[in-house]
Formats: sequence, C-alpha cells, structure tokens
Amino acid sequence: MFAYIVRRTLYAIPLLIGVNLITFLLFFVVNSPDDMARSQLGNKNLTPAAIQKWKEARGYDKPVAYNESASGANKFTETIFFEKSVKLFVFDFGTADDGRDISHDIAERMWPSLAIAIPSLIVGLLLNITLSMLLAFFRGSYIDVTGVILAVTLLSISAMFYIIGGQYAISKLLHLVPISGYDDTGLEAIRFLILPVIIGVISGIGSGTRIYRTFFLEEINRDYVKTARAKGLSESWVLFKHVLKNAGLPILTGVVAAIPLLFLGSLLTESFFGIPGLGSYTIDAIQSQDFGIVRSMVFLSAVLYILGLLLTDISYTLVDPRVRLN
Amino acid sequence: MNFLADIKFTPLWSDWLVYLLFFTLAVAFFYVRRHEHLLSPWRQIARRKLAMIALIVLSLYAVIGFIDSIHFKVALPKQDSSQQTQYSAETLSVLDVILKPIRENDEKTFSAPFALTLFAKENIDVNGKTIRDYPRLKYGGAHLESVDERAADVFTRFLHGSARALVLLAVLVLLALIYDARRKGIMIAAAIHRLVRGEYEIPARTIVLTIGLFIWVGMVLAHLAPYYHVLGTDKVGQDVLYLSLKSIRTGLIIGTLSPVIMLPFAILLGVMAGYFRGWVDDVIQYVYTTLNSIPGILLIAAFVLMIQVIIDNNPDMFSNLAARADAKLLALCLILGITSWTGLCRLLRAETLKLREIDYIQASLSFGVRNMRILTRHLVPNVMHIVMIIVVIDFSGLVLAEAVLAYVGVGVDPSINSWGNMINSARLEMAREPIVWWSLVAAFMFMFVLVLAANLFSDAVRDAFDPRLRK
Repeated sequence: MFAYIVRRTLYAIPLLIGVNLITFLLFFVVNSPDDMARSQLGNKNLTPAAIQKWKEARGYDKPVAYNESASGANKFTETIFFEKSVKLFVFDFGTADDGRDISHDIAERMWPSLAIAIPSLIVGLLLNITLSMLLAFFRGSYIDVTGVILAVTLLSISAMFYIIGGQYAISKLLHLVPISGYDDTGLEAIRFLILPVIIGVISGIGSGTRIYRTFFLEEINRDYVKTARAKGLSESWVLFKHVLKNAGLPILTGVVAAIPLLFLGSLLTESFFGIPGLGSYTIDAIQSQDFGIVRSMVFLSAVLYILGLLLTDISYTLVDPRVRLN
Repeated sequence: MNFLADIKFTPLWSDWLVYLLFFTLAVAFFYVRRHEHLLSPWRQIARRKLAMIALIVLSLYAVIGFIDSIHFKVALPKQDSSQQTQYSAETLSVLDVILKPIRENDEKTFSAPFALTLFAKENIDVNGKTIRDYPRLKYGGAHLESVDERAADVFTRFLHGSARALVLLAVLVLLALIYDARRKGIMIAAAIHRLVRGEYEIPARTIVLTIGLFIWVGMVLAHLAPYYHVLGTDKVGQDVLYLSLKSIRTGLIIGTLSPVIMLPFAILLGVMAGYFRGWVDDVIQYVYTTLNSIPGILLIAAFVLMIQVIIDNNPDMFSNLAARADAKLLALCLILGITSWTGLCRLLRAETLKLREIDYIQASLSFGVRNMRILTRHLVPNVMHIVMIIVVIDFSGLVLAEAVLAYVGVGVDPSINSWGNMINSARLEMAREPIVWWSLVAAFMFMFVLVLAANLFSDAVRDAFDPRLRK
C-alpha cells in the first residue's frame, strides 16, 4: 500500500511539470511581457518607460529563461521562468497586481469557499442518492420515466438561471435572506450561506440523479441481487443492503475526486453572491487581467486535481478488495 | 436587373466551417442511407417520439443558424453607369433579410413585450407643454390610437396567423401523404387513415403535431412581430426576438465546431494509444492527463486572455471588426475543443484496447497488414459510434458554457449576438424596479429549448448506438 502511494505521488511530478510548462508557454512565450504591457496599458501614447515600469512592478523585466548578465547559478534563477514558474512548486505565488501576497489571500479565502462547498456537497449527495434510488425502485414505471425526463429538463437549465432566479424569488420577492454578501461571525453567516447552498444543491439535482440512477440500474439486475430476491428478501432490503453498497462505489470515487477541488469554490455562485472565496478571487483576477493570480490558481487547481486522482485510486483499493494495487 | 449582381458574398472564416460541417452532414446522410447496418440504429431513433420532437427542434435551430451564416454585402445604388460598383459597409445575412421588419424597428431604450410606450418616463412635449410621461414607441404598436385597441388588434392578428398556419400545415401534410401514397401505391384516403390511426413505423402524428406547433408559432410571430416588440426591446432599443434569433448561430457554432475542431486529434491519438500501447500510450496518456489537470474554465480564461493580447497587438491582421470578432470566436472554439477532447481520447483508447484483441484485428495482424491500414480501415470505423455519442453529448454542455464564459468575461466578442452576452447585459438591469425581465427570460428560454432538445436527442443516440446498452 505504502509503495503504491509513493509510486502514484511520484507520477504526479511529471504532470505538475507539464502543467507548469503549459502555463509558462501561455503566459510568457505566446506573448512577450512587452505585448502584455501594451495590451493592458492601452496602445495610445505608450512610452518605453511606461512599459518598463509595468514590467518592473511585476518582475517581468528579467530575461525569459537564461540571464546573460548574472553570474553562476543566478544565470538561471534571475529569470522569469525561475521566478514565476519554478517557485510555484514550493507554493510561492508572489504578489498580485495590487501588491498583496497571493499565498496569504488564498489561505484566507479558502474558508468561505469551503463553507459553501461542503454543505452543498453533503446535502446534494444525500438528496441525489435518495432520488435516484427512488427512481431505481420504480424502474420502468411512469414514475421512473417522468423522473428521468424531469432530471433531463433540470440539467438543461443554465446554472446562471438557477442563481438569478433564486436570488430574485427568495431574496427580492420574499425578502427571506439577503441577496448577497458574507459575514463570518458564527450564526450570522448562515443567513448569507443558505441561499447559495440551496441553489448549489438544486442546480446539481438533474445531472446527479440521472447519473446515479444508471449506477443503480447497472447493479439491480446482477446475479447477486437476483439471489437476494430469490432468498425472499424484500425489495427495499435488497436495495439498501445490497444494491446501495455496490452502486455506492462509483458514487464514492466520483465524490472523492471532487473533494480537493472543493477548496477552489464555485466561480459563479461566489461571484453572484459576493462571497469572498477563491472562486470570486479567480473570476475577479480574470476580469481585471491579473496574470499573477490566474497563473497561481491554474497551478493550485492542477495540484488539487492530481490529489483528487490519487485519492480516488487509494479509496478504490480501500473499499473494493477486487481492485489490486498495480 | 439581375439581383445576384447587386450583392457580394463575404463569408467569414466561421461561415466556411459551417458550410463544411453541413456538407459533411449531407455526405454522411447519403452514405448512411445506402448502408443498412449503419441505418438500423437510426431507424430505432426514428421510432422514438421524444427523439423525433428533439430532432425537429434541432433542425429548426440548425436551419436558422445556417441561413444566418450566409453573409453578403448589398451594392449601393450607382450614380452613373461608368462608376465602379460600391458595396455598403454593413454585412448582412439571409436571416437579416428575412427579419428585416424587426431588425430595423429600433426604439430608444427598454420597452416591455407588446408595450406601446417606453419602459421609463421621460420629458415629452405635448402641444408646447413639457410633461413627464411614458413616451410612445416609434414602431411598437404605432398603428394604434390607444392601448385599449391593443387586445383586439393582437387577437385578430393572432387569428389571421393561426388560420394561415393551419392551411400551410394542411397543405404540407397532404403533400407528404400524396408522396407516400404514390410510393406505396395506395389510395390517399388509406394514407390519411394510416396517419390518423398512428400506423406508421415512425411516430407520424407526433411529428405532424410538432411541426404544426412550430408553423403556428412562426406564423403568429410573422403576423405580430412587425407591429409589436413581441419580446420587448433591450437597453439600446433593439428587438429582443431579433437578438435571440441572431444568437442561435453563435450557440450552434460553439456547440458544434468546438468538439469537431479537435476531433481528428482525439480519434488519432486515442486509437494510437490503445493500438500501439507501450511508450506511445504513455506519452498520449501523459498529454491528456496534464491538459485535464487544469480546470477547463481556467485554461480557457488563460488562453482567451492571451489571444486578446495577440489581437490587441496585431490590429492589421483583420480587415474589419466583424472579422476580428470572428477570429476570437474561432479561437474560443479551439480552446473549448482543446479542453474537451481529452475525455473522448480516453474512451477511444479504452475501446481500442478491447478491439485489438478481437479476432478480426488479430487476423489482420497475422496476415501482415500494415499498422496504418489496420488503424484506418479496421479500428477507426469501429469506434465512430463512440465519437458520435460524445459529440452529441458535449454539444449541450458547450451551449451552456458559452453563457458562463460571457459572464466571466472570456466569452465571445460583445459585438457578436449571443445568449451569454444577452444574459450578461440584462443581468445588470435586475436591480431595476419594476424589473426588466424579458431579455433575460428570452435568452434563457431559447438556450433551454436548444439544450433540452440536444439532451433528449443525445439520450436516444446513446441508447441506439451504445452496444453495451442494446443487449
């Protein structure tokens, strides 16, 4: 087991190098820092001094990969590649355009993201499993057919519609909770969090229920289920004791893969509800073209994604003895 | 005078790709028709009611998108015969010509659906005095004296439209039945009988009802839209119905070109990884896992920001604003394709790993057939059903993604009509009291109908083509 985890972790290293190279290529080779400066500052009346100032403020004034003027090892470290890309490996994200420390911001903004993402995940998971089991129980009947069509309808609705419609109906018409904002002092936070969580859950019902239903249906006609029924067990006992356990495997691994990504929050929800999490951080950075933050978030999310893959593999081997480690 | 001499076709790059796509579809259609083993899953789809309704909706969108992709410029009237022909600066599409009555009815600013007046009060002159009231619209309901006549006027136009729709539908159904009766050598009465009793193999009654519904809606709109803003007007006074219809092309291009652009790579790499195994497999797996590690939206954002920089710094590359916006649209399709081909590649690799152990591939190998020939003649045709299922499934997700990207600020150019851009600009008006809801609702509805149809159709396609489920 331990050797397996070590091997999988080592496999993550070339992946991270690849991600790093892609971001480096995108941000510094496709366009030179001069191009970025010109694009951001506007093309009119642009003096070389202004470009130089812009580059210096962001540390883009160094050579891209090899510094002739420096000495010794500094030939490689005094470069954009080392400063901006290699340092990501030790989670040194540098500073944003407004001078704030990106690592500090990320550590701080992680918590509001989690405050929404974790309840949404848990409630959504329970609800989707319940609904899909219900459909699987009534498989082939009108309830099942209607349920599936309803699920397809729900998943065809844009996520933005759920957010805008929910804000309008619950906050603006009924005045139940504030439209947006955030407060992290205990119970007060719930007033701000409940609507985003509800909307997050509702917008996930369609796709979740539909996928989980197929997981259940794949198991429900297997031989071991027929045996259980032949023994005279009731259908609900069969569903909960036998089918749920086995259909739970793909559900579980899907959830495990998503857990690390919870830190990143949801771009849309956070931005619409004005929640100071990592999702809105990313979206603000994209909109204000803060390349430093975008680059850091690309790297961070890749790390978390790879962590998710690793956790999926490990969880599979833990819960399913049929999967062998190799 | 020759009409064609007065116009000059000015296709955009994306137009050529649309034509290519339709051409490929047509070729595929005739190819499938002549091969029974390819035709049978489609027969299965044709027997499903929901799938056929979805297909009709998709075809309607596709037709609108296609006629919106035929761009041209109109010649300006000549001063004298020796002068060289000059063309107007404005590029139009065939759809613009059809929608002329609602394209040109621009009001000043917001107005509600079927409104006779603007949405907000303004200072207006009445007989020399300045009063504060809702000004009348320039076009919407301009033929009416007062708002009291509106209900009766709308109703008569509605009746006229409905009657014409009914006649048109009856003629179409009759023509189809006559064709069918001729082909089968039966009486027309017998054909009508078969239709009413539902004895056709395809759900003919459902198809007739669906087409009838669209003809009805279309006819009623054709009677109402020139006189009213059926879906209201937006901030700069443009008709929302016109904007929604114009957005169809953008939605379809994002949904279809994105997966298709990367299709050759996805197929080739996926099949090669599964067939050659070893280091080829390792390299290809490494490439797609790396690309997959970056969440799609961030990769898209980073890419679009960089494309923006390139476009900003090379203004000479594009002849006009439309070409520039078009280039951005294609770049967006490209990056959407790059983020979505990995899933397909992985599926194809897994399928090929299975296929290469099957006897017919092993037989070709022992006969000494060259690798390239095995790949192209034996493997690729046998994984094409997966390709089609995935392309159809991806479509709806991409249409929805466009709206999100527009909100994030990395979507299509603001000068291009798209549902995402409509939602994004309407979103800011949510705070108004009373609320301006019509652009938002119109954009969401048009998007919803397309995505729902695509999802229902993709379900049918998957059921028919996935051999694992067919058992």
